[in-house]
This record gives sequence, structure tokens and C-alpha cells, in this order.
Amino acid sequence: MEKVLLANIDNPESAEIGVYEAAGGYESLRKSLETAPDDVIETVKKANLRGRGGAGFPTGMKWMFASKDPKFPKYLVCNADEGEPGTFKDRPILEKNPHLLIEGMAISGHALKAEFGYIYLRGEYPAAKGILEKAIRQAEEKGYIGDNMMGSGRKFRLAVHQGAGAYICGEETALIESLEGKKGQPRIKPPFPVNVGAWGMPTIVNNVETLSNMPFLMRVGPEAYAAIGSKECPGPKLFCVSGHVNKPGVYELPMGVTLREIIYDHCGGMKNGKTLKAVIPGGISTPVLPPDRIDCQMDFVNMPRHESMLGSGAVIVMDETVCLVKVCLRALKFFEHESCGKCTPCRDGVSWLRQILARIEGGEGRAGDIELLSEVAGNITGKTFCPLGDGAASVVLNFIKHFRNEFEMHISRKACPFK
Amino acid sequence: METVMKSQMTDELECVSARYPANRAALLPALYLAQRKYGWLSVEAMDEVSRELGVPKATVRGVATFYAMYRQKPVGRNVIQLCTNVSCMILGAERLVDIIRDKYGVEPGGTSADGRFSLVIMECIGACGTAPAMLVNTDFHESLTPENIVTILEGYR
Repeated sequence: MEKVLLANIDNPESAEIGVYEAAGGYESLRKSLETAPDDVIETVKKANLRGRGGAGFPTGMKWMFASKDPKFPKYLVCNADEGEPGTFKDRPILEKNPHLLIEGMAISGHALKAEFGYIYLRGEYPAAKGILEKAIRQAEEKGYIGDNMMGSGRKFRLAVHQGAGAYICGEETALIESLEGKKGQPRIKPPFPVNVGAWGMPTIVNNVETLSNMPFLMRVGPEAYAAIGSKECPGPKLFCVSGHVNKPGVYELPMGVTLREIIYDHCGGMKNGKTLKAVIPGGISTPVLPPDRIDCQMDFVNMPRHESMLGSGAVIVMDETVCLVKVCLRALKFFEHESCGKCTPCRDGVSWLRQILARIEGGEGRAGDIELLSEVAGNITGKTFCPLGDGAASVVLNFIKHFRNEFEMHISRKACPFK
Repeated sequence: METVMKSQMTDELECVSARYPANRAALLPALYLAQRKYGWLSVEAMDEVSRELGVPKATVRGVATFYAMYRQKPVGRNVIQLCTNVSCMILGAERLVDIIRDKYGVEPGGTSADGRFSLVIMECIGACGTAPAMLVNTDFHESLTPENIVTILEGYR
């Protein structure tokens, strides 16, 4: 497959505008500016592009909702807050291919008649901030963005907004709150951001990878785009693989590649000849899978059929030596730390889950603790403003579902069997 | 001296504020500017941001304490931000915490007595494919081992 999102990133100068232009960069923007905004949206719908941030919502539909809202100005926000543990797929675009994202945002801004764009960049990527700001300046100087995009009379201004280490700001309404200078606490939906977003105006929040698909999509057209990967959910997809494989890293593969192919064909199989024990397929919030479930197609439509999720495409591979109770505990420490505190089931419930897991892992688990974990998790699920609490509860429930024996062993032996 | 530095911050803030339709939106960047100026966000620093932006003091403090990367106490000359989340943990990050503690006398969340290092435990810094990883100040260091981490840290005085 032709590399689209990771094209040219092996060139050490890939972030420079001249290198990007030499590879045909900004030609798609030129073509898009000659296309009516609604026709660009129609193209995105036809291509069946789905949001790459984790939820997989159809991008064209989101755009149509925002476009139909009569209020102006509209804002386009790039979610570059990739904080889902295990996820590092957007970082190569941000650090090595910033013009791909800028061109994608300019095309999207044109389609949505949005004159202002923000890149909400996580605070943990300090290098990307300078790289993006330099690339934005270059694109302004060349007239690709600014008050008169490529002489079209259309305006699109772009700025980087740096986050400050809050995972919850990856959730779009929390992100908007944070953009407005507030604590990153999610809003109640509806109204949805496409109607009432930043500063009360229609706001489209899209992931880095989603927006970076736009130059290619507009270049090849919806039919060629939809021919890549899964029929129901097409296109190129970034997978970031970490843990016990021989060749971890970011891979650009067709949507729908199986987890087995990712681990064994692309990443060179298990490290040190060890045996696979568990895989988290799409970032820490997605349901863990045992080794007999890795023949699943990695896309937004098929993963739920295998009782998991594609999430951010962050594959964490764990071998036989790993204590899964410990992994589960570490995940819950993360969720406890990142809970924004707005709603009780998440704020208190996640903390209780962490405390119970800590005593099990520490050899002080009691009979009935596994049932207690399930009960507390069940009382969080579906009862919170945003998916953070659901994610935390689902982690616990799925580790118990597939690896209950490890929890039982910790309790009966009064110690971790892997130490 | 105070006035000179203050006006410098005002200038930078004006430039930042121009990016947003509302003044309040400049609060996160303003807190970063104040942190850069003072090294951390004291009550006085937060109150200065409040005055500069015309945002209530309580609002500024609420926002500043919500986000993990705003520092509520002074830090050392170099800040080690070490990830211990799952991908880093299963490849040995906890051992690195012990090494840093033993070698430099710094606990997670604390600062060494000589003021050389502060240690902050991070939640995923997006370097999972080259785990374990850390940021020292704004520099990424990846594929860490018990051996190379000391060599890297020795480069920071």
C-alpha cells in the first residue's frame, strides 16, 4: 500500500515546506478550493471516512451537521491531545509531517466555511509545538493559509493551543472547555459541539489522523479511497504497537488488517521467543483480548463483533511474564489520576476499583473481592457524563472476564504469582 | 526589575490573546508564560496572571491546579518526567524510578536536596514504541535502560 500519512517521514527534512511541496504538497488544497464546500463534504461522505480518534464517527456526517447550522463563525479544532496510554500514532505526523495536517485542516476549513482553526496539542509534546508553529508560519508566508488562501478570497487562520497534561481533554467537550481557558471538564450533550461548541459556536473537532487523510482523499477521490481496506470502514490507518514484539513502532496499514497480521507479520512476532498472553488492541480503555481472539479485523465495524474496540489503534502486546492484575491496577491508577472529578460514579467509583485492585495485587485480597470489583464497575458503566468512567470500568470487567484465574491466584496465594 | 519583566509578559500575552475571540482563552498560555518566568506557579504568580487577564483569582487557581503540568511548588534545575504507564511499566520503568531515587536522592514528586533534579511520574508521554521513556525538561529520551539512563541524566547539571 502506498504510504499516505507517513509518506516522506524518513526524509530528515520532511517537516520543511519545500520538501512537502516537492512531493505534491498543497496541490489538493488548490483542487479543493476550486470545489464547492458542500461538494467537499459530499466527497468525504462518499469515501466513508470515519474519525480516527477512537469513536469512529462518520466524518462527513459530523461535517454536514456543522455545515447546516446557520451560526457563524464556525471553528475547526484539531484534537492533537493523544493521551490514551499506548497511543503514539499522531506524533510522527505532528513532528515530521506537519504540513500534511495543515493542508488537511485548510481543506476542511474550506469545506466547513470555518475561518479559524486551532490545533489542541498535548503539553507532553513540546517539540511538536515549535515544529507546528514554524510550519504554520511557512504556510502563511506562502499564502496557503491566512486571509486569502491561494488567492481564493477564502480565509483560514490557524493557531496552536497547548494543553497542560489532562487526559480528559481528549474528550471533545472537555477539549473545548480547555480551549476556552477553563478546567477540562466534559459538557452535557446535547447540544453537540457541531451546533454549540467553542464560544457557543458550531465547532468541528477532528483527530490529527482524520484531518491528515484529507489531502490524499481529495487527490484520489472517494472511490479510490474507499477501495482501501475494509469495505464498511475504509482507508489507510495508523497502528502504534508497543510492548513485547520484536519491532514496535507506528505502522500505516489498510483498515481491517488483523491483529495477528500486525503482531506476527508486521512487528516480527513476540520478543525473545516468549508466548503471547494478552493484547490491548486500541489503547488502554479498550477491552483486552486473549491470544485466541487475535484473528479479528482491526476496524471500527468489526472490532465490536469481537467484543473489543479499535479505539486509537494502539496495540499493547504482553507476553507470559506479565502480571495482568498489575497491568489492570496500573490502568486504574491512571484513570483515578485523570478523572476530572465532575461526576461521582467516576470520581469515587474508579478510586474504589483502584483500592480493591491494589489490595489484591499486594496479596491482601479477600474472598468476594472479584465480585465486589464487578459490582462497583457495573455501577459506573453508563452512569457518567463522558466515556472515561466507562473505560475504567470496562478495563476491570474485561480483565476479569478473560483472566479471572490470575485474580483468583492472587487472592488464594496471598501474593503475586509472577514475582 | 519587576515592571520590566511584567511588561514583557504583557506584550507576549497580547500576542497570545489575539488568537482567541475571548480574553479568558489565553489563560492556559498565560499560566505557561508565568511558569516560564518564575519556574512554578506561586499564589503571587497566579494572582499576577489574574490581574493581567482580568480573570478572577479563584478561577485562575482552579484552572492552574486542574492541569498536571502546572507546578504547584518549586522544582529543581532539571525536571525528569518519567512515564510508568503500562507500555513503559512492562518494559522496566519501575526499575528506573528506583535507580533515579538511589542515585540522585529524589522521590517521585520531589526534588533532590541539591536542587539538581525533580522527578515527576507521567501518564503516557506518547513514546510507547520506544519504551521506557522520559522527558527531561523538554527533551525526549527513549529506549531507556538501567545503564543508559544514568549516562543521559549525567548530561544535566
